[in-house]
Amino acid sequence: MVEKLTFTHPLSKYLRVDRLPHIWCEGCGNGIVLNCFIRALDELGANLDELVVVSGIGCIGRIAGYVNVDSFHTTHGRAIAIATGIKLANPRLKVVVISGDGDLFAIGGNHFIHAARRNVNLTVICVNNFNYGMTGGQLGPTTPLDSITTTSPYGNVESPFNLAHLAASSGAVYVARWTAFHIHELTKSIKASLKRRGFTFIEVISPCPELYGRYNKMGRGVDMMNWLKRVSEVRHGCDPAKAEVSSSKIVVGEFVSVDKPTYDQLIYQLMERVKGGSSVEGGG
Amino acid sequence: MLTGTHFLQGNAACAEGAIAAGCRFFAGYPITPSTEIAERMARRLPEVGGVFIQMEDEIGAIAAVIGASWAGVKAMTATSGPGFSLMQENIGLAAMTETPCVIVDVMRAGPSTGQPTKPSQQDVMQAKWGSHGDYEVIALSPASAQEMFDFTIECFNLAEEYRVPTILLADGFIAHAWERVVIPPPEEIKVVERKGPEAPPGDRLDLVPPMACFGRGYRVHVTGLTHDERGYPQADSVEVQRRLVKRLCDKIRANADRIVKTKAFALDDAEVVVIAYGAPSRPALKAVKMARENGLKAGLLRLITLWPFPEKDVIRLSSHVKAFIVLEMNYGQLVREVERAAKGTAVTLLSKLGEELHTPYEILRALKEVC
Repeated sequence: MVEKLTFTHPLSKYLRVDRLPHIWCEGCGNGIVLNCFIRALDELGANLDELVVVSGIGCIGRIAGYVNVDSFHTTHGRAIAIATGIKLANPRLKVVVISGDGDLFAIGGNHFIHAARRNVNLTVICVNNFNYGMTGGQLGPTTPLDSITTTSPYGNVESPFNLAHLAASSGAVYVARWTAFHIHELTKSIKASLKRRGFTFIEVISPCPELYGRYNKMGRGVDMMNWLKRVSEVRHGCDPAKAEVSSSKIVVGEFVSVDKPTYDQLIYQLMERVKGGSSVEGGG
Repeated sequence: MLTGTHFLQGNAACAEGAIAAGCRFFAGYPITPSTEIAERMARRLPEVGGVFIQMEDEIGAIAAVIGASWAGVKAMTATSGPGFSLMQENIGLAAMTETPCVIVDVMRAGPSTGQPTKPSQQDVMQAKWGSHGDYEVIALSPASAQEMFDFTIECFNLAEEYRVPTILLADGFIAHAWERVVIPPPEEIKVVERKGPEAPPGDRLDLVPPMACFGRGYRVHVTGLTHDERGYPQADSVEVQRRLVKRLCDKIRANADRIVKTKAFALDDAEVVVIAYGAPSRPALKAVKMARENGLKAGLLRLITLWPFPEKDVIRLSSHVKAFIVLEMNYGQLVREVERAAKGTAVTLLSKLGEELHTPYEILRALKEVC
């Protein structure tokens, strides 16, 4: 008699398995980021009923549909603003934003710098693949100089953002950068960021062999992974301004870790102070 | 909670109405002539245990409101023309994700920056059609500081009842008018609370239309993509798109009789009917009274609900009245809806652009011309 064996992946409870397979291309780093994220949840023993994942539009934006928690796949660029509303309305919830470089830093750049400035208590993970993947490989705010994309066919003439530097100078209390190659370090950083209070930011440099890699002759997924391995240099505590991202060097590590009161702490403290009072009783 | 009789600005009355309705989250961005709503909410919300945040722009303001609503809190924003334009994409998101929320648009003269301190009614069509795609919203038009209070509560109630973004479409006159406002004790104010799912988490078919907010164990997925009853994206399904869009529209269209409110004055034997909403409905009432004193068979249909458009009232009247006179502080917007419903009955537009409001005398003159 042949016994039928069924296996359940130990992490499947973190996923909406009825939504699988996912839409991401072969060689894409998004699945790795999703894997690291749910491993971090598992290792932390996170309460899945008090966790909200918010994403924007783009390839990685679809991650909100795969995680088995309350999740919001928002409009393009607005994930952080919507997450701000969720966190302030119910500070008990752990709110995580996972989105792409175009979504968070081009169309959504304003929300990013202001949420960091306010120190809104959010974990923000940016999957940076140097281009707009969902729409077919266009130039984005992190596309390196001279790169070829479908909207920079003669080479990119725009200077890219250094996301870690931008986050740090805007006020993030925790800033780290890893690549899709650094799965253990990334998982550790996600755990560290989930445990902290305040605006925490993790940049993940991620391969897009189908588009960015193809236009820039970087080979297949495995070649891009080898490239990330080869050019990465771990420098914890590095000044984010000097944490380079280029085709020949990617500085990774934990760059910033400071403590300061969070926006929701301050606003709820203020509320306790004035609660029950009435500035308008008896008049306009 | 503030109760009793007060001398209040329309915008202040709106803020008090929101608090009375249970609003405990406000996100906004300063813009004339709506700013006093944000200012009052900044002062008042912490006193009642609510959160006020001034966002970096109006896009962020409506986004934060949508987030707060999904976190289980009644939420509102207030703005004016340019900010209302910026909010449109996320008003569509609120319609698509059936997020109860209230947007106050204190209309000023446009287009573009226009006349920031001058009242208008130029956003009426934008309130209905501003975001892309097929959707329905509800919009109410107040004509006094008292109604800024009352209709803000009504907006929250309608938003919760139909899970739809609801717009208080005020104008600069009414928002800045200081008038007597009576605030009843809380137990006398009708407040609709959000309907949550009755089934336990896990029974996922019951998630929509009852609203399972975040943090309640339902593991809900919310997306602006076309989605099925479970909330899952079905971006390629013709059938799911058809079913979803029809339901988003039909939940308002099929309930229009319950939603729509108008006020009638001297309509029973009227031969000529003035149709007005917002500030112009005040001189309109005066003009119709003067016309009656002059022996003219004039009447007034005041629109309280602008969207869904009260077409049945107009259709009913068009069977026996000679003409409609439509008053608007724009170059002709809602008059098109009146013409559509009037089915051939003569419709005249009395348009006002800029700060001017119609005077009772010019309305009376127009009535005399058609009577």
